[in-house]
This record gives sequence, structure tokens and C-alpha cells, in this order.
Amino acid sequence: MNKTERAIYEVDQLHMLAMRDQWVNRIHPLVKFVVTLLYLLAVVSFHKYDVAGLLGMMIYPMALFMLADLSFKECLRRLRFVLPLVFFMGIFNPLFDSNRIMLNGEAYSAGVLSMITLILKGCFCIFASYGLIATTTIEELCYALRLLHVPKALVNQFLLTYRYISLFLGEVHRATQAYLLRAPKQKGIRIRAWGPFVGQMLLRSIDRAGEVYESMALRGYRGEFYLQKRPGDPAEGAAGKTRGRGKDLLYLCIWAALILLFRLFPVVVWIGGLARGIF
Amino acid sequence: MHMADSMIVPAVAGTMYACSAAAAGVSVYKVRKENDPKKVPVMGVMGAFVFAAQMINFTIPGTGSSGHLCGGMMLSALLGPYAGFLTMIGVLLIQCLLFADGGLLALGCNIWNMAFYGCFIGALLIWKPMMSRGMNKAKIMGASVLGCILTLQLGAFSVTLETLASGVSELPFLTFLAAMQPIHLAIGLVEGLITGAVLSFVHEARPELLFCSKSGAEEGRFSFRQTLGSLAAVAVVIGGLLSLLASSYPDGLEWSMEKVAGTAELEATGQVYSTFASIQEATSLLPDYAFRGSESLLGTSVSGIVGVAVVAALCFLICHIFKFFGKKQSVHE
Repeated sequence: MNKTERAIYEVDQLHMLAMRDQWVNRIHPLVKFVVTLLYLLAVVSFHKYDVAGLLGMMIYPMALFMLADLSFKECLRRLRFVLPLVFFMGIFNPLFDSNRIMLNGEAYSAGVLSMITLILKGCFCIFASYGLIATTTIEELCYALRLLHVPKALVNQFLLTYRYISLFLGEVHRATQAYLLRAPKQKGIRIRAWGPFVGQMLLRSIDRAGEVYESMALRGYRGEFYLQKRPGDPAEGAAGKTRGRGKDLLYLCIWAALILLFRLFPVVVWIGGLARGIF
Repeated sequence: MHMADSMIVPAVAGTMYACSAAAAGVSVYKVRKENDPKKVPVMGVMGAFVFAAQMINFTIPGTGSSGHLCGGMMLSALLGPYAGFLTMIGVLLIQCLLFADGGLLALGCNIWNMAFYGCFIGALLIWKPMMSRGMNKAKIMGASVLGCILTLQLGAFSVTLETLASGVSELPFLTFLAAMQPIHLAIGLVEGLITGAVLSFVHEARPELLFCSKSGAEEGRFSFRQTLGSLAAVAVVIGGLLSLLASSYPDGLEWSMEKVAGTAELEATGQVYSTFASIQEATSLLPDYAFRGSESLLGTSVSGIVGVAVVAALCFLICHIFKFFGKKQSVHE
């Protein structure tokens, strides 16, 4: 699977996951968005040597993946963009931070600890973001952004970009395939060919944008999008989620309390001490 | 150049979100003022186009490796700086959410590093002044190369500052800078050449589509006052970021005190000092850019590992019980 095919597959996969009829998917998008942001803030605010405390934060992605039946394997693939840069940043920590930290009577390298926290933070943040997008459709997310008073122009633009991504990825895939079949053993497209190659696609896209606008205008578009109800969810749907529901509020309160608890207190260490005392 | 969430702390993320939100606010106001309903679908389609075009790799001559287009400069040359900036935000948000390329918390940083410089500095300070007296192939190529190099250099510099201000890496500032700037110089050069090639093709085929072309040009050159204002804004932002960075190092006074007294902080005793110190301790929300009590957790590794295992097991058990009852309930329904 090449780069474009992989991108098309990932977009489709996420859309299918988000469209499933599961209770996590039915939670109000704004609630899921707020919980994710709170989690991200809590994770990145951990001290760079606090490996034990940070490990406790795994509860949120772990629970979310289990409750929403998400695959860790699929999510791990998404780390390919983030991990190289995080590794690059972290790999120098053991070299430049040569301090020793006493842990349980033994000295550990502070640089190694900060490298581990950096990588863990990177992974946890990706897991949480994946959990959000795999249980929430882009339409619902846009709806949540509108509730947060993000300007309409920005939200509409984001929604339209998303809707046309699959179309353009398919077009790019076909054009690239046609080029590469005529240029065997060549990695990428020659710079000389870039002008007409991408330029043609660009001009076609601009013409298509005009056609898209005309057809939208014919269907009554006046600068506002109305979110559709989801199939198999006649009563609620994204548009019906304006009403505050008890379950959503409970979900928000439980996760906010757990995240703050694990962030502000050494819960993991307490439980560990307790378990060691018992056994 | 996409930054991950783990590379920043909440203070830096918040600052960069505020800066990017201010730029987005101005852009939304300008786009609204234009009152062109056709613009939103065009922005959406162009955003999707740039996203898809980023999937096409180009050959870097003589190296055997390949790179891809960035798009900020190209979007602003086609849509103008404000619509281009909003479109880039959409592209970055999709990259972050759908492909985990850049973090959700680091989105403010990524918008600033990749969209702000490309769209505002590239379009307003380079493209617009160069095209104000007519457009030709050489000027388009020159503006594209210069714009891409400058905006990528500024973006890479911002990444260095934001990471260092966050204090997550032990890499010295100059070493990090020496690693970031040259590689982005090469990328900027190649990206500028291909952006120039595509825009030259558009200029030959449909010149009216380009920002500042004769048919759709805005009147007048970029005035001295506007230039000065933009540079002042850049200086304020860079100054603010540098002050964040500098805050972790001793300032002039601390340095002098260290030289004279052997310590940067003098011991203060007395009722008044202790009262105010306790107030400060109680009210400081994020001391050292982190929550309180982080350091106290050191020295508890074994309990920590056991605790993590117990928490994981509990979490596993609770989730299964929850799912079991959830399924049972749905069967009854």
C-alpha cells in the first residue's frame, strides 16, 4: 500500500469507526472534546522525571479503547509521524542531562527518565486524540466547535476540506500511478514535471470548486451548514445533541474527576504501596 | 515540522493558541468583509487539494530521496493571505485529527509555525510587494523561492524556541538551532522551486487566479506603515517567546547576585515574608510550568510500577463489567 492508498484507507477507516452505533459514539461530541483536551493538558503538564505519575494516565486511553472496541494496532501505525521527532528530541536527553536521581536507593539517569516521559507523553496524546476521532464524526466535531463559538467560516472550511479529501486523494493516486508507470524505478516526480503535473490538477480543482459552489447554491446553500441526523439514530443524531443529557454530564464528571485525581495525587504510588502491603 | 503534544507544556500551548487565534480572528473578519459566498467552497476544495498534493513526493536531485509540498505559500498566492491562512488551519486540523501528524494541543504552535509565516509573511511581505508592479515568471519564481525559504526558516526557528521554552529537551539552544535551520534551508529551496513551477504554470494558463494579479489586484503598494506594523507585531511575538525562553535562565540581576552573593535568591526571614510566600504558594497555579507535587513522586519507582499494574487491572476489570452490563441492557431493549 503506497502513501496515497494508505491515506485513503485511514480516512475511510476512521469514518467507519466514528459512524458505529456504540454508546461511546453517542456521547455528546462537546463532552468528548472537552475530556480529551483536559486529558492532553494533564498529560503534558507532568514533570519530566515523573514516570510513575505519568503511567497512571494510561487509564483514559485504555478504558476508551476497550469501551469503544478500538484497535491498538491501528492506532500504533499513527505513531509513525510523531515518534521520529519525539525520539530525536528525547535521544539527546541522556547525553545532555547527566544528573543522577536516587530512586529506591538506586541511582538512575535523569536524562533517561526525561526521555521516557517524553515518549510516553507523545504516545498517550496520540491515543487520546485517536480515541476522540474514532468515536466522533467530523460533522459532530464541527458541531462541538460551533458550540465553542469557533467562527462559522473556519468550521465550514474545515468541514468542506474534509469532505473533498477522499476525492482529491483518489485523483492524486490515479495521476501519480499513471506517471510512475511511465517512469519506472523513479522515486517521486521530477521537479521539471511539477509545473504542468500539479498545475493541471490545481486548475481542475479550481474549476471543480466553482461547480461545487453552483450546485450548493442550487440546493439552497447560503453560507450555513446544517448537520444531518446519523443513520440508525433517529431520535438523537448530531443535530439532536444540543440538549444536555444526564449520561453525558456523568461521563464528563467521572473523567474530569479521574484525570484530576491521577494528575494531582500520586494515586498509582498509593495503590502500589497498598498492594505491596497486602501481598 | 509538525510538533507533537509531548514537545510542549500547557503555558507554551496556551500562548501559541492565543497568537494563532488572534491571527485567525483577523482573517475571519477580513474574509467576512469580502462577503463572497463563493469563497468558502473554494477554500474547502483548495484545502483538500493542498492536502492531497502533499502526498505527491518530489525527487530531490542527486540525493535519491524525496520530499513533499508544504502549501502555505501556494495557498496564499492563490487565495490571498487571509483565506489562505484559514484554509491552512483546516489542513493542519485534518492532519492532526485524522493522521496524528501534529498534536491537538500543539495545534496553536503548528498553525503559527506553518500557516502564519507562510500566509502572512510570505504573502504580505514578499508576494504582494514583488507583484505590485506587474507579474512575470521570474518574479513568481523569485517570490516563491524567497517566500518558502524565509517562512520555513522562521517556522523552524519558532519550533526551536517553543521546544526550548517548554523545557522538554536537554538539547542546547545553539545545537538545536544548528540542526534545524540548515535542513529547512534545503527543504525551503526545493519547495520554493516547485511552488514557483506550479504558480508559473497557473500564471501562463489562468493569470487572473493569482493573488495581486492585474484583474483582481488590490490598489496600491505595501505601505511603509503597514510594513512597520507587521514587523513590530513579529518583533513583539518573537520577543514574548524569547522572554519565555529566557525565564528559565538567570537574568541580569540574578546573574549579578550570583556573582556577588554566591546565590541567585536571597534568604528572607520574618512574618511578612512568610505570609506573602504562603499566599504566593497558594495562588501559583502552575509553578515552574507544572502542577505542584511533581518532584515529590521521585523515589517511589517500585510502588509506582506495582500501582500501574493494579490500576491497569482494575481498569480492565471495570471496563469489562461495564461492557457486560451494557450488552445485557441492549439485549433486553
